[in-house]
Amino acid sequence: MSELKINQNGQLTSLDTVDGEIATLNLGPTHPATHGIFQNILKVDGERIISAEPTVGYIHRAFEKLAERRPYQQVTPITDRLNYCSSPINNMGWHMTVEKLIGAEIPKRVDYMRVIVMELARIADHLVCNSVIGVDTGALTGFTYVFQEREKIYDLFEEICGARLTTNVGRIGGFDRDFSPVFFQKLDKFLKEFHIIFDDFTNLLERNRIFMDRVIGAGPITGERALSYGFTGPNLRAAGVDYDIRVMNPYCSYQDFDFDVPIGKDGDTYDRFLVRQEEIRQSLRIIHQAKDNLPAGNYHGDVPSFFLPPKEEVYRSMEALIYHFKITMGETPIPAGEVYHSVEGANGELGYYLVSDGGRTPYRLHFRRPCFIYYQAYPEMIKGSVLSDAILTMSSMNVIAGELDA
Amino acid sequence: MENSTIQDITSSIESKFPNCVITTDSYGMSNIVCSRESIIDLVGHLKHDLGFGFLTDICGAHYPLSENQEFQVVYHIHNLYKNVRLRLKVNLATADLAIPTMVNLFPAANWMERETFDFYGIIFEGHPDLRRILNMEDMDYHPLRKEYALEDETRSDKKDSFFGR
Amino acid sequence: MVNIVEQPEGHEGQGFFATSMDKAIGLARANSLWPLPFATSCCGIEFMATMSANYDLARFGSERLSFTPRQCDLLMVMGTISKKLGPVLKQVYDQMAEPKWVLSVGACACTGGIFDTYSVLQGIDKIIPVDVYVPGCPPRPEQIIEGLMKIQELAKNESLRRRNSDEYQKMLESYNIETTK
Repeated sequence: MSELKINQNGQLTSLDTVDGEIATLNLGPTHPATHGIFQNILKVDGERIISAEPTVGYIHRAFEKLAERRPYQQVTPITDRLNYCSSPINNMGWHMTVEKLIGAEIPKRVDYMRVIVMELARIADHLVCNSVIGVDTGALTGFTYVFQEREKIYDLFEEICGARLTTNVGRIGGFDRDFSPVFFQKLDKFLKEFHIIFDDFTNLLERNRIFMDRVIGAGPITGERALSYGFTGPNLRAAGVDYDIRVMNPYCSYQDFDFDVPIGKDGDTYDRFLVRQEEIRQSLRIIHQAKDNLPAGNYHGDVPSFFLPPKEEVYRSMEALIYHFKITMGETPIPAGEVYHSVEGANGELGYYLVSDGGRTPYRLHFRRPCFIYYQAYPEMIKGSVLSDAILTMSSMNVIAGELDA
Repeated sequence: MENSTIQDITSSIESKFPNCVITTDSYGMSNIVCSRESIIDLVGHLKHDLGFGFLTDICGAHYPLSENQEFQVVYHIHNLYKNVRLRLKVNLATADLAIPTMVNLFPAANWMERETFDFYGIIFEGHPDLRRILNMEDMDYHPLRKEYALEDETRSDKKDSFFGR
Repeated sequence: MVNIVEQPEGHEGQGFFATSMDKAIGLARANSLWPLPFATSCCGIEFMATMSANYDLARFGSERLSFTPRQCDLLMVMGTISKKLGPVLKQVYDQMAEPKWVLSVGACACTGGIFDTYSVLQGIDKIIPVDVYVPGCPPRPEQIIEGLMKIQELAKNESLRRRNSDEYQKMLESYNIETTK
């Protein structure tokens, strides 16, 4: 048995110590542990991975070409399906991009309402990711607990927009209706009772000896390497770089809220897990502040060319009728120009590059999808580790196939 | 504070690369149009001297009506220290769709360039592995070009007249 | 006494119960369907919600999810199938042993959904035969459960000779699926 050179992270450092043959292992595209449809062809020496070659595109749905065909309000359901675990964030980002293009003024109440919805979505996404890290180590109980809480968040989304998962929430200019008193009751109940189940989940995993032994040191990446690979979001923050768009380029009145941005140290799976846990707690803080300080005002901005007038006025006033007709037929005047707007999605910087030529549909819409960009680093992160660590690394990076392929 | 930083950056670029056209649009973003010969030097200058260490995005666009400048490669780049974003554009003609690759400066550009190649057919010279990434390998056209329809041309079960096409 | 399933028609006596073979086998098959969740996108997340405690698919007998086609009865295709993934889906279907059922969950799997694009397969019934379609985008967990219940009805009432019949073999041939007769 030749001597393997292993560094302090448990990774193989030298290829000339391969003992025996190099086998090729096909991981995917349909694999229970990959939580998505992408393929990795691994070259392994026993259990140590020597190289990985990812193939993506198994769920390419041509969002960018599809968006060139649809009027601006019909693009929102497409953005839902990008990161479908936290679709309200995608929707809000798109609405903000269009509002930036047309130069609309949005009242503060809309901003706070949007913040509540986006932070709920962020909590939902991080809950899925963390419980799935648990499942991949064999801890299925956390998954069952956490999905109960996700059902409560689904209840809240249903109160606002009627849908659970792919929400298509809000309109360009704000929301279609104000939050009802029932929503606030449910939100209060959720905020009061969420921490009970979340603390249960935390106690199961966070300081669990077995879990920590499994995930510490799995798939590390340094801060500089992560930056050069275009990492953003919790994966980058776990590597030690504090880049959060809510702080750097605040949108939607995020500068009014007081919250911390958690940072990790080694960039390994345990750090990613802990960063997401802490972000859930910070999101709860933000929701408390937004709910307590919700300003009075209108639930939508003054954009008559995009926002459907109320039905009573459509039946009575000529102006409202004309606006209704124009909006529904997609004949609204849209300025030509190009704009890039980004929001802090659950996985990182979700950017929208919109080029408009004045027509009724976008001329070019490009989504800067964080998953697609940071998944490039996966072969480097798992080089030299064992197969089970590679699975954990993939699930801790929170790769959502819809966002990967678009 | 921000305006003077952008002023410094644009004057530095103007002095070193006089052929680039710098404009600021109404949304506060500075756009730089430069030629494909100077793009690598420009991005190198931005990264090493002016602190633009984060490549946000690379994408392509097709403007079939601009004569000799049909394709455009758009780079978004971000200076995390001073919080300044820039947009760089390179125009390419259909007959000569090649541009040097950004992979040596930013490893993040790898898959972004593959995606741009997949959608538009723009060749990135020097790219280690330029092949299709999202579509099937044996696809013979570049779908996001404006001359191709969204729907699959070979399908037989849907009548376009019912869909208003 | 707890009634778990309806008793089929038969002859009851002291310590025995006699019924016909197909009713007994149908009862066993219907209440122990082992699904293979072929979850690709958003409908997969609704499936995860269906499997978890609130909607609990396990009470219908689908306790054990198998991710290997060799050991499962029901192929649940949830999410968009692109043309790149089509051959993979066909291979997974071919590897399943008879009797097998296919449940197509979500608008994308049924007909291509909102994605009428060059890269999306407009419905999985272009490549494999489907038994039950569950529309929705994504369908609520209750709808997925109703789809499973319809499969259970199909499984319960299926004739034992159906999989060897000429009609079935002809249908498989129309999909270019090799039949071992």
